[in-house]
Amino acid sequence: MTPKVAQGFRVGVVTFPGSLDDADAERAIRLAGGEPVALWHADDELRAVDAVVLPGGFSYGDYLRCGAIARFAPVMTAVVDGAGGGMPVLGICNGFQVLCESHLLPGALIRNDHRLFSCVDQELVVENASTAWTADYEVGQRIVVPLKNGEGGYVADDATLDRLEGEGRVVVRYAGENPNGSYRSIAGVSNERGNVVGLMPHPEHAVEALTGPSTDGLAFFTSVLKASVGA
Amino acid sequence: MTETVKDAETTPEVEQPYRELGLKDDEYARIREILGRRPTNSELAMYSVMWSEHCSYKSSKMHLRQFADKAPQTDALLVGIGENAGVVDIGQGWAVTFKVESHNHPSYVEPYQGAATGVGGIVRDIMSMGARPVAVMDPLRFGPGDSVDTRRVLPGVVAGIGGYGNCLGLPNIGGEVVFDPSYAGNPLVNALCVGVVRHSREEPGIKLAHASGTGNLVVLFGAATGGDGIGGVSVLASETFDDARPSKRPAVQVGDPFMEKVLIECCLEVFEADLVVGVQDLGGAGLSCATSELASSGDGGMRVWLDRVPLRDATLQPEEILMSESQERMCAVVEPGKLDAFLTICARWDVLAAVVGEVDDTGRLTVEWHGETIVDVPPRTVAHEGPVYERPYARPSWQDALQASSPDALTRPVGGDELRATLLDLVASPNLASKSWVTDQYDRYVRGNTVLAQPEDAGVVRVDETTHLGVALATDGNGRYTKLDPYAGAQLSLSEAYRNVAVTGARPLAVTDCLNFGSPEDPDVMWQFAEATRGLADACLALGVPVTGGNVSFYNQTSSRQTGDVAINPTPVVGVLGVLDDVRRRVPAGFAAPDEVVLLLGTTRDELGGSEWAHHVHGHLGGHPPAVDLAAEKALGALLADAADESLVTAAHDVSDGGLAQTLVEMALRRGVGAVVDVAALHDDPFVALFAESVARAVVASPNDRAADLESRASSYGVPITRLGTTGGDALTFGGLFSVPLADLRTAHESTFPALFA
Repeated sequence: MTPKVAQGFRVGVVTFPGSLDDADAERAIRLAGGEPVALWHADDELRAVDAVVLPGGFSYGDYLRCGAIARFAPVMTAVVDGAGGGMPVLGICNGFQVLCESHLLPGALIRNDHRLFSCVDQELVVENASTAWTADYEVGQRIVVPLKNGEGGYVADDATLDRLEGEGRVVVRYAGENPNGSYRSIAGVSNERGNVVGLMPHPEHAVEALTGPSTDGLAFFTSVLKASVGA
Repeated sequence: MTETVKDAETTPEVEQPYRELGLKDDEYARIREILGRRPTNSELAMYSVMWSEHCSYKSSKMHLRQFADKAPQTDALLVGIGENAGVVDIGQGWAVTFKVESHNHPSYVEPYQGAATGVGGIVRDIMSMGARPVAVMDPLRFGPGDSVDTRRVLPGVVAGIGGYGNCLGLPNIGGEVVFDPSYAGNPLVNALCVGVVRHSREEPGIKLAHASGTGNLVVLFGAATGGDGIGGVSVLASETFDDARPSKRPAVQVGDPFMEKVLIECCLEVFEADLVVGVQDLGGAGLSCATSELASSGDGGMRVWLDRVPLRDATLQPEEILMSESQERMCAVVEPGKLDAFLTICARWDVLAAVVGEVDDTGRLTVEWHGETIVDVPPRTVAHEGPVYERPYARPSWQDALQASSPDALTRPVGGDELRATLLDLVASPNLASKSWVTDQYDRYVRGNTVLAQPEDAGVVRVDETTHLGVALATDGNGRYTKLDPYAGAQLSLSEAYRNVAVTGARPLAVTDCLNFGSPEDPDVMWQFAEATRGLADACLALGVPVTGGNVSFYNQTSSRQTGDVAINPTPVVGVLGVLDDVRRRVPAGFAAPDEVVLLLGTTRDELGGSEWAHHVHGHLGGHPPAVDLAAEKALGALLADAADESLVTAAHDVSDGGLAQTLVEMALRRGVGAVVDVAALHDDPFVALFAESVARAVVASPNDRAADLESRASSYGVPITRLGTTGGDALTFGGLFSVPLADLRTAHESTFPALFA
């Protein structure tokens, strides 16, 4: 049985200069049944969206440090405010880096331990199926979505990692061999409330059998539509 | 002091450094004749760079004419050779533009930046046709995999392609990685880009590099101009490397992919709003090239205020500004009434833009520097009427001996154990091993329209999400075949690329080529070039696919005190574009399921001249390449398109380098589905059946209930078809000969690159 989806559920996708996967995120939202809304980095409001995706790419060229400049984009003030009020926010890859730089999520992303950009079909284990973005998964479910980045190594101090694990805030973990040196094989984390999630892998590239390694990524985008109905 | 036209007129006797700029005595004399005086320094810089081999095609022009003269009749060609890139109509109101280009010399000098800016340059060519770039691919060739030099160059080149292309958000969907000693010291780094544009007679979307309409403004937008790449074209691309000279590193351009990404989006918004009359990218020869080509193709003249060009380095001299190859710049011709709207879009993307000139009706290109005229030339003499050489050529004295050195004399493996060992050796050889160490450094997913990417035979990209229209693209080249027989070798490159597109189910439509050769001043090389272009033009006509554009790269040879003057194997790289009316019917290369029928299409002959086996096992190059059979290739292609449309096959993979054995290994490893086959019916000698490289062949897998239908269709197309066996299991078994577990094949196939380069 498909739970009821809110009519015209609007999910904003922010385009920073250098964003690359914004069109992909919009497609994933559309395929999930939501209404994608383009948001512009220089705007200071969110056009009344119900949730926001910060897509992958190289915002501002990733100059200085990944996500470090995007954090200061006018739109981020509104995103940080919205997140504080419980609005679902998903950061994918560069978007995850922006969320860390914005202090919406703990930790940081550093260069892969093998020092190369790497684009592979990655198996993941879903560890928290109660966030705004993962409710359509089962805990322990294995999914395959593309992982593609040069700076995807998740790092944080031991106390932070212990707290994340203790509070169930490790949302997805790499299955099998650690692909990039991420501490404790962490692929994605959430904030305490579970409305803000950051992921290095790209679920928006696994929404159609024709173009992705699977359709396993779609549930991130269907989850948020339902999560909000009861919120 | 900046030199004005007036200065040049009053000081005819001044000696000019034209030889240092690469101009010959007679070329300099011709410039003086055109101008009726000596050129200014700025004019000399412009002519020298535009008349370089790289920009003027002076040695190749007379041979390239065949591509137009022998072009097959087709309604699909919207824009042909001579523009920034060719454009073909793929139906449903969509046009596709694609082109392959070389960045060989810069990539040897500075692998990362050379390869990166190669991607940037070809992407701007596609943008300058008014199209959105949607994918790239990179045919690469290096010296031996285990040589010190390849270990320096290859990782840098791959990182540069990834670093730039990934940051642009363009999926990398294919290409080649080939090793041969002839490329040592002279790697071939070719780059292809494909773009799409909405186009119809009512609403044309294609843009051209034409400056028309007196009073229209010339706007330079994108990055500011710096000192990088000054003289890159004439110094780097048109002279042979010589290890006695000082380093030329500063002549290589430095790329900023972030700038290019915003430039792409900015351009597309500008095109969408219909704000430009003409557009041109700045690549080789920078502003010299862009302004002279725009003016030359337009209907009047052009006046440029060079001091209005935004600079990164305020000390640049005017001739340096004209020569600079700073990346990520475009030039547009804009009606005055649309300038504000144009500048608004640039500002939205934080793209620098400046009006640097205007179209006039003088018929001349004039350049002013703080009020003084420093260039005053007829633009056609710079851009389109450069020197044309009829270089002497002759069949090399060594060609007969090379062809007489037949592979028949080489020791062949006999019996199951030896054949098994040969197969394992070949699948692990650098040319046949898995390239995923390279291609995993490229983003193949971005934009979400990649239907097939490497290691598939061709990249397939969805163009229209509603109708499922898409295109397939493959590039191929074979320097060994072309060395043995340049006429046939060029045809075999086309033949293979055509087949690689056809196995996906696509209908081949058009061709782009990158012709990589040694020095045109060597009659041996010039003969190779003449033969290869003749062969390619004839084959394009026979297959009904026109050449739409491309690039010639000469002087791919290295002079060194140790080895003398060595030219690369002549290497025409051919890209074929095909159309899939419904990408959901595309056929991937790997076996999809067990218990399906495995069939070989085509005829296997004892053809091992120039083969991977002769090369890798014996280090031998001699004899004749496989016989060309374009009629068989065409019939195979038609059958494969039909089979895809009717869902008769679940997998299809071409047979080429390494022969049938390699094809079956790749099909089995793709999804871990093995097969049991019997090759006895193909040839008396199982070695020939497994490793011969005869053309017009493909292996397909067909569900049990469809195989008979496929067989009857094959016979109606006149394509020989042989049942080889059945898919399934976790080994590849050649009945009566040997069997290898897939795990062993995978280890052999996938270990080579990490061992060499990681």
